[in-house]
Amino acid sequence: MSGFVDKLLSRNSSSASAAKERLQLVLIHDRTDLTPSQLETLRNELIDVISKYVSIDRQAVRINMSHEGREQRLIADIPLKSATKRR
Amino acid sequence: MTARVITFSSGKGGVGKTTTTANLAVALASANHKVVCIDADIGLRNLDVVLGLENRIVYDLVDVIEGRCRIRQAMIRDKRYENLFLIPAAQTRDKTAVSPSDMVRLCNELRPDFDWILIDSPAGIERGFRNAIAPADIVVVVTNPEVSALRDADRVIGLVEAEEKGPARLVINRLNSVMVKRGEMLDTNDVLELLAIELLGIVPEDEQVIISTNRGQPVAMDEKTKAGKAFHNIARRLNGENVPFLPLGDDNNIFNKIGKMFKPGGN
Repeated sequence: MSGFVDKLLSRNSSSASAAKERLQLVLIHDRTDLTPSQLETLRNELIDVISKYVSIDRQAVRINMSHEGREQRLIADIPLKSATKRR
Repeated sequence: MTARVITFSSGKGGVGKTTTTANLAVALASANHKVVCIDADIGLRNLDVVLGLENRIVYDLVDVIEGRCRIRQAMIRDKRYENLFLIPAAQTRDKTAVSPSDMVRLCNELRPDFDWILIDSPAGIERGFRNAIAPADIVVVVTNPEVSALRDADRVIGLVEAEEKGPARLVINRLNSVMVKRGEMLDTNDVLELLAIELLGIVPEDEQVIISTNRGQPVAMDEKTKAGKAFHNIARRLNGENVPFLPLGDDNNIFNKIGKMFKPGGN
């Protein structure tokens, strides 16, 4: 029980949670071999390609890395402009 | 007898690969298994001193590979456990003296005569590491609960997968339960969430490891020590036994917790 209280009171500002957060980011980039700036380039090129076919809201595009176990996944959420207008 | 080959790897140096190899060898041998350890860290050999067998080396791994002696001649038999053997690394050569296929051939020759072949991999992810994992049936990644060791462990786990030697299994070494409780060290759950592989064992930080290694007597020779007990538990898990994990090392077991409840002002 004291462990639970410790978590509530101090874990969030502790060095262990800092280590965990930092490692989560580092491991994503190590595993995929993608730097944040490469990911940004990928995002822009993806938007350019999709824009050739459909009209999209550049600012609303979200591209994130997620993982399931050791499997990395690139998740893109691209809202289409025409579809949102019709609603 | 058909030995299973386990390779101990880590990426980062100094996390306890050699200590883990030596202690699991002792734990398995004391449970009457026939064990041979191979030190694959050519040029920086240490498994001999950790096992306390450094004065008995005549031939080494490279002598066997290059045909200067037979395997039997390079195997040092431990006097304390007559079913424990060591093939030491060469000290005056480098990792290129051995190839991955040499290691596969050597292990295939040893397999019929042993229950376990334990290979101590060098640090790094280059030739020496490739040599060490080539014959492995199981790769055990040893790590410490700290950022650099975990990052390197993750890299090695990925490489082991790419070489189709996965999934690797994890030993968390030198877990300090007092620091974990203070929130100043990653705990087992954090580590497993980050690395996403199966846990094989947790070895608590224990000064007895250094004390016993000073004397060339691996800590697992004394099962009453915290770390020694952890190594025996790992050996039993390797052997297919279902041994529960202690949540935070020995000082956090249920009896101590109950004891603390009755202490005034205790946490």
